[in-house]
Amino acid sequence: MLKIKNLHASVEGKEILKGINLEVNPGEVHAIMGPNGSGKSTLASVIAGNEDFEITDGSIELEGEELNEMAPEERAHQGVFLSFQYPVEIPGVTVTNFMKTAINETRKARGQEEMPANEMLKKIREKSELLEIDRKFLSRSLNEGFSGGEKKRNEIFQLAMMEPKLAILDETDSGLDIDALKIVANGVNRLKTDKNATIVITHYQRLLDYIIPDHVHVLLNGKIVKSGGKELALELEEKGYDWIKQEAAV
Amino acid sequence: MAYTEEELKKELETKEYEYGFYTDIESDTFPVGLNEDIVRAISMKKEEPEWMTEWRLEAFRVWKEMEEPEWANVKYKKPDFQAISYYSAPMNKPKYDSLDEVDPELLDTFKRLGISLEEQKKLAGVAVDVVMDSVSVATTFKKTLAEKGIIFCSISEAIKEHPELVKKYIGSVVPRKDNFYAALNSAVFSDGSFCYIPKGVRCPMELSTYFRINQAGTGQFERTLVIADEGSYVSYLEGCTAPMRDENQLHAAVVELIALDDAEIKYSTVQNWFPGDKEGKGGVFNFVTKRGLCETNAKISWTQVETGSAVTWKYPSCVLKGDNSIGEFYSIAVTNNYQQADTGTKMIHLGRNTRSTIISKGISAGKSQNSYRGLVQINSRAENARNFSQCDSLLMGNECGAHTFPYIEAKNKTSQVEHEATTSKIGEDQIFYCNQRGIDTEKAIALIVNGFSKEVLNKLPMEFAVEAQKLLEISLEGSVG
Repeated sequence: MLKIKNLHASVEGKEILKGINLEVNPGEVHAIMGPNGSGKSTLASVIAGNEDFEITDGSIELEGEELNEMAPEERAHQGVFLSFQYPVEIPGVTVTNFMKTAINETRKARGQEEMPANEMLKKIREKSELLEIDRKFLSRSLNEGFSGGEKKRNEIFQLAMMEPKLAILDETDSGLDIDALKIVANGVNRLKTDKNATIVITHYQRLLDYIIPDHVHVLLNGKIVKSGGKELALELEEKGYDWIKQEAAV
Repeated sequence: MAYTEEELKKELETKEYEYGFYTDIESDTFPVGLNEDIVRAISMKKEEPEWMTEWRLEAFRVWKEMEEPEWANVKYKKPDFQAISYYSAPMNKPKYDSLDEVDPELLDTFKRLGISLEEQKKLAGVAVDVVMDSVSVATTFKKTLAEKGIIFCSISEAIKEHPELVKKYIGSVVPRKDNFYAALNSAVFSDGSFCYIPKGVRCPMELSTYFRINQAGTGQFERTLVIADEGSYVSYLEGCTAPMRDENQLHAAVVELIALDDAEIKYSTVQNWFPGDKEGKGGVFNFVTKRGLCETNAKISWTQVETGSAVTWKYPSCVLKGDNSIGEFYSIAVTNNYQQADTGTKMIHLGRNTRSTIISKGISAGKSQNSYRGLVQINSRAENARNFSQCDSLLMGNECGAHTFPYIEAKNKTSQVEHEATTSKIGEDQIFYCNQRGIDTEKAIALIVNGFSKEVLNKLPMEFAVEAQKLLEISLEGSVG
């Protein structure tokens, strides 16, 4: 589904990604781990099309279509979803209104009719129950005055509403207490099908106790230096990143 | 689906100002210039009684001695008041018995404005008094209103049919010598709307007037007078558009509201005069005096959405004369390209326990300048007066300006005045967040701006709120990236 080949990207002339290769198939969950500053969030931003970053080489393909030149909203229409590490506030725009706009704009871009109001309401009810979200929450301004945990839960609620092909969760576990973490992970797991895929970007193994990855990749200094199964995450948790740094240096 | 570049360009050009068309109707236009003879001629043309002619002449004499105000935070080339024609009326202006008799081109104009009268008639609840270049050409729903004793007609008609009301109230809230433009308007006003709601009557529908400037080189000077008698209620809507022209057109209106004991007036405006082109050429000079008077327990609420005009100078105000009276001002002012707006309100607290609320939202884009100017005055007799003001500014890009000039004068120690102000910028991170959810940049800006303006949009009557949202979108198109 997702094919990243020799991806190089830089910000203000400084190269952050230095030749990433990654292939994600439908139905898979990939975890990308690595220490601070290794380029994890940059990778997420570049896939989503953040124009602060410049792709200097390589390509990103989703289902055979190259994303490199696409605007961020076009990538979203193609089915890319990013759960932000730091979701922004939009005062005066309710969660419901925001979702309604996002879904209908996406449908419009795909040449579909707007979603009928009753269907929209039904979907909102269903998905908010899945993530144990209080209905009152949905009429609050987007992320305004939300706690860290509420913001993350709201991101996953949006994920559930948008039903993308590829979901990238950027440090979704940060700011979550253990109960919230379980709810969020449970939500992600229930949204999984054999047609969509998930990339989980995380610092710690903790989230991976609940969202079990098929593949784990270690990102170091802008490159994937090691890949493995879920046991790699456990190994990292136990031993830290130093041994990989040494291994990579060899 | 694929647009050619040419088509896209064309669409964007026309989108800039959707109402910029010109109706080719023969007009009866006065020679340019202003003197006592012109004032007399206007009055005669309108078959006015002697007292009205005299009232106008007195205003003209006062105006001659006055100078244009310069304190506002706007820069423009002052109009040459001797180069304007002060009267322009559609030629074939017989009194219409039915719509069939109306000039078809005029009807077409209404249709393009989205206010086809046939439709309006069918659509429940809106009575429209259309003022096109100064003369009120059609009034609907008169009968329904008449049954309740409500008078809704052009001011010219009111002068003839209801002189006692006009004589008593005209100039009672905005005196002729109040300011330069008010004096000018008093001398030469061509038409406008009049509305009277009898004691205890709740007006069953929203009353609506559309203003539109058509003829080149004409000023438009409407005069609106709304009187809500004791215990009555009325909601009044006013919308304005003007065709695109290179030269600046002058608009100097006066609106007076009188809310007698226990009465309530809600006055909403969507102002969409031509703002000038992208280089700042042309556009309407909008110099308007709007003021309302509240007697005991009365309430006046001004809501405005200002997206148009090259220069706006406008301060809808409330004189809270009666005890327990309430004044409200809700405003959204959008400026783009080279537009300049200096707008706000005055809340004059005279009575005890008077309360006022000011919510102002300024949105500036392009190279525009947007100023809020507000006065809250608590007089010594105004025990326990309360005011809350909130002024928020939203900036787009790096070349526009937002300014806030709040004036507070409190002469009573029991009063309480609060002022809050914020300035923010639409962030690239906000736009990217929306983009990532499939919302393109233009729509994202509209969403963010609507969110920012929500407290005010919520105050508009339903159908007006939808139109206002669309206008906000159109006004800000192409302002980012």
